[in-house]
Amino acid sequence: MEIQLKLNGRPVRDSIDADTLLLDFVRAHGCTSVKRGCETSNCGLCTVLLDGKPVLSCSVLAARAAGHEVQTLEGLQAEAQEFVSFIADQGAEQCGFCNPGYVMNTIALLRENPDPTDDEIRAYLAGNLCRCSGYEGQLRGIRAFLNARNQAKEEKERG
Amino acid sequence: MLTIKQYVRAQSLDEAYTLCQKRANVVLGGMLWLKTQNRTVDTAIDLSDLGLDTIEETPDEFRIGAMVTLRQLEQNRELAAYTRGAMAESVRHIVGVQFRNLATVGGSIYGRFGFSDVLTLFLALDAAVELHHGGRVPLAEYAARPYERDILTHIVVPKQPGTVAYLAQRNISTDFPVLTCAVAVRQDGVRCAVGARPMKAQLYQGNPALLAGGITPETAEAFAGSVAAEAAFGSNLRAGADYRRAICKVLVRRALLACKEDA
Repeated sequence: MEIQLKLNGRPVRDSIDADTLLLDFVRAHGCTSVKRGCETSNCGLCTVLLDGKPVLSCSVLAARAAGHEVQTLEGLQAEAQEFVSFIADQGAEQCGFCNPGYVMNTIALLRENPDPTDDEIRAYLAGNLCRCSGYEGQLRGIRAFLNARNQAKEEKERG
Repeated sequence: MLTIKQYVRAQSLDEAYTLCQKRANVVLGGMLWLKTQNRTVDTAIDLSDLGLDTIEETPDEFRIGAMVTLRQLEQNRELAAYTRGAMAESVRHIVGVQFRNLATVGGSIYGRFGFSDVLTLFLALDAAVELHHGGRVPLAEYAARPYERDILTHIVVPKQPGTVAYLAQRNISTDFPVLTCAVAVRQDGVRCAVGARPMKAQLYQGNPALLAGGITPETAEAFAGSVAAEAAFGSNLRAGADYRRAICKVLVRRALLACKEDA
């Protein structure tokens, strides 16, 4: 079957099988930041934004995404760049395999809730599994980014 | 592995219903549980174009479309106000935001899964389901029915004065629950649902006379004991039947006391 969708702002048209997963579709179109992890809808490695909402691309039919907008890390690098160095500074990247999913879901979190508490960060990122770090590093990194951003904002307001 | 031969985005409920009559065809919800199955589907029927993704509120009820996601339930302010946060509490531990953005309430209720948090809460809320051909059916009756080839279009929650509380026990966050419990205190009595027993959620009457003098720590404990004695429990890799019975007593008591506090 033929489908058309918008991938990172560009219209993409392709012929697919009915059971092609969005994960395989975006990877076939060059978006290899999207990782194949558990494939049982549990680990968050394959997170993409579908019409702006974070979803597990391993559990969405590409056919279902037809006519919609899909974003991967390849299309959101500027937005990610604001905070990923803070996560790296905490040594929270480690093997790096879970990182794109983490970054995608953090983008979704910060769009929805620009100034989350630690508990809100934990709750939002609960669906992203990391087998290296124990999660505290990611939390410290996001907290450090938010603190730095809030401090810069206060200084700007004070002139 | 899940294999799907054809995908159809139904343009009407009649089309979806007709397609659904064939045993090899499947109506898609969020596709999360379906995807873990080893089966071949002839035609996957997608209801995404049928406008079933909204939560409507009237003076008497909430009418929740089958394609509403668990995340929508979690974030809906009117449902939050009506259930005093119990709706969000019932879904917030389900895997993660990305999962809840896909999982649909229709899929959860149609599936009548043993582990279902939302089935437990909707039973306590005295909900009904609307079926394309079968009309409106009380959820308690629907939950007990065998699977049938009708399209679940809406979940209807009647507005009733009172309070509601939802509690669940998990071995670890985001895992399937060991036990789920929802209690609604209404003018005509208490509706108590217990799920993940590990069998699917069910309403239990307990001994209502124990609450005749009001909800106190003592009467709540006694009533919870009567529910725990009435309910059937089983064992699986997450917990044994005896443990579930003990947890049931605790959760029902706490939920009752939470309802009293809210009132």
